[in-house]
Amino acid sequence: MRGPLDYLGRWPLRLWLGLVGLFLYLPLVALVAFSFNDSRRTTVWRGFSLTWYRELFADTELLTAFGNSLVIAAASTLISLILGTAAALLLWRFRFAGKAALEAALGLPIVVPEICLGVAFLVFFTAIVPWPGELPWPFSLGAIIIAHTTFSFSFVALVVRARLAGFDGALAEAARDLGASEWRIFRDIMVPHLVPGLVAGALLAFTLSLDDFVITFFTSGPDTITFPIKVYSMVRFSVTPAVNAASTLLILLTAALTALALWLQGADIAKQAA
Amino acid sequence: MKGDSIIHFEGVTKRYGKVVAVDNVSLEVKEGEFFALLGPSGCGKTTLLRMLAGFEVPSEGRIFIDGEDVTLVPPNRRPVNMVFQNYAVFPHMSVADNVAYGLKVDGVHAADRARRVEEALALVKLDGLGGRKPDQLSGGQRQRVALARALVKRPRVLLLDEPLSALDAKLREAMRTELCQLQAQVGITFVMVTHDQDEALALADRCAVMQRGLLQQVASPSDLYEFPASRFVADFIGSVNLLEGQLVVDEPDHAEVAVAGVDQPVFIDHGVTGAAGTTLWLALRPEKIELHKWADAPPHPGDAPPGRNVVAGTITHVAYLGSESLYEVTLADGQRLKALRSNLTRWDQEDFALGETVWLAWHACSPAVLLT
Repeated sequence: MRGPLDYLGRWPLRLWLGLVGLFLYLPLVALVAFSFNDSRRTTVWRGFSLTWYRELFADTELLTAFGNSLVIAAASTLISLILGTAAALLLWRFRFAGKAALEAALGLPIVVPEICLGVAFLVFFTAIVPWPGELPWPFSLGAIIIAHTTFSFSFVALVVRARLAGFDGALAEAARDLGASEWRIFRDIMVPHLVPGLVAGALLAFTLSLDDFVITFFTSGPDTITFPIKVYSMVRFSVTPAVNAASTLLILLTAALTALALWLQGADIAKQAA
Repeated sequence: MKGDSIIHFEGVTKRYGKVVAVDNVSLEVKEGEFFALLGPSGCGKTTLLRMLAGFEVPSEGRIFIDGEDVTLVPPNRRPVNMVFQNYAVFPHMSVADNVAYGLKVDGVHAADRARRVEEALALVKLDGLGGRKPDQLSGGQRQRVALARALVKRPRVLLLDEPLSALDAKLREAMRTELCQLQAQVGITFVMVTHDQDEALALADRCAVMQRGLLQQVASPSDLYEFPASRFVADFIGSVNLLEGQLVVDEPDHAEVAVAGVDQPVFIDHGVTGAAGTTLWLALRPEKIELHKWADAPPHPGDAPPGRNVVAGTITHVAYLGSESLYEVTLADGQRLKALRSNLTRWDQEDFALGETVWLAWHACSPAVLLT
């Protein structure tokens, strides 16, 4: 008898695994490598250099776009975390008319093609409820934040709902029996149970917002450029290794966030085991 | 004061749609007693307990604790605490934090809290384990945490929902004794729900037997066993032979009941208030039936007229249980009676073998006469 992992010891499987890995990650490796290329052309390797990073950090427009992206991601994550958790709790805790419809509608922003959502937001924010353009930063980003929240809140709600399904109702009753009010039960018993779901939901919301292009493209104005939009416009003018350098930074940021989330959850597990 | 009424159910009914889970139950629990709600699953005993805890609101009737109407008081403001069936120990808190939780919610001062948690843990013999997490504890230890967590609040009544059902047989035995000692030690009124009659008989001072939402009988364990009020109670508590018969003689000091398959009417040493010909049932416990060898003369139970309460039969099944044997004896008309006999000598099981004809005999005071 062989365990499931023992099959990895066979060479054809190892080879296959290697090929899949290569297929998935070679483009990324190339992108990162060429960001250090000492050449204007992105196809020929001419030696190591940090020129493009220097250029990047001198480009105030790009830095502004990056800052916008971070603010939008942080704000939409926070809002969708609150709304998503509330929606999940509502669906878990109560029975009411139209519950099934609401549950189905919750998944809608995930399945509706992004392009449709983008057009919808464009029409909405220009014709129906025009978003005032002259607001001071960061309020000028409001339209994009709202747009991002509409889809990322669905992800948070789904993740939190899945976590809630595993919650033992007797724990809430026990807390109530010991004298806790509804609010204390939520704070002391439910939230600790939900933490892994909240972390996962927030991470999803943040990364989805950070690299969203289609919906942002339809909702951003000339003063509210985000990082993906800026990179796209840079590519349209000329494909320089500066684009590679910018992308490398984005990859680094998301990898760091994922690592942080994993570490947080790992620390939690380690604490429980101690 | 011990012996005074502490809990009072007054005509409590609970309906879920058309289903009546608890049907007009009136019941009193006395201060300091160990009270058991006993019945098969779905009989309404858990609903009754949950109404006492405040998790369910009665459809009709009122509940009093210490003379105060608590029918509509939410669970967090009742002077009762509960030990849940699967303990519901908070998994993300240490043992000490679990026990301290109720005190923390009540705003008890930190120093006072620590002392009381210490005491409660010592009470359930978990001293030194306060720093552990629940997933590092055995099932029995988790139950102790749940007990300490409830007792630390010094409730007027401790509620226990099937406290021993999740433990294995050996541990259950040990925990029974401990629960009894614990109750004596803290002097708090315990109300326990159980479907296990052995558990109820062994632990409780008094039991309430329920069936389909109705209260069948409230009595001490020995009264439930020896003086059941109905066929349901007689059958539910322990093992019983139920003989259907007609009342033929009813005098103040004795009665006779004609039972099909038994030659002479069964002689009872007390009167039965009923008209002649009334159908009634005799509940005869297996251990109260004596077995005698056919080869010997027909036995005489002593307190009945000669020849009464003696019937012949054939052993059709023997279950050897070590300390005793359970015999199934088939009478001439095919009726089967169970008789339990202690294995007094090491050869007893050979004396009463399968297929042998034997005499069955019982005292005039042994059968319980049931009208319902």
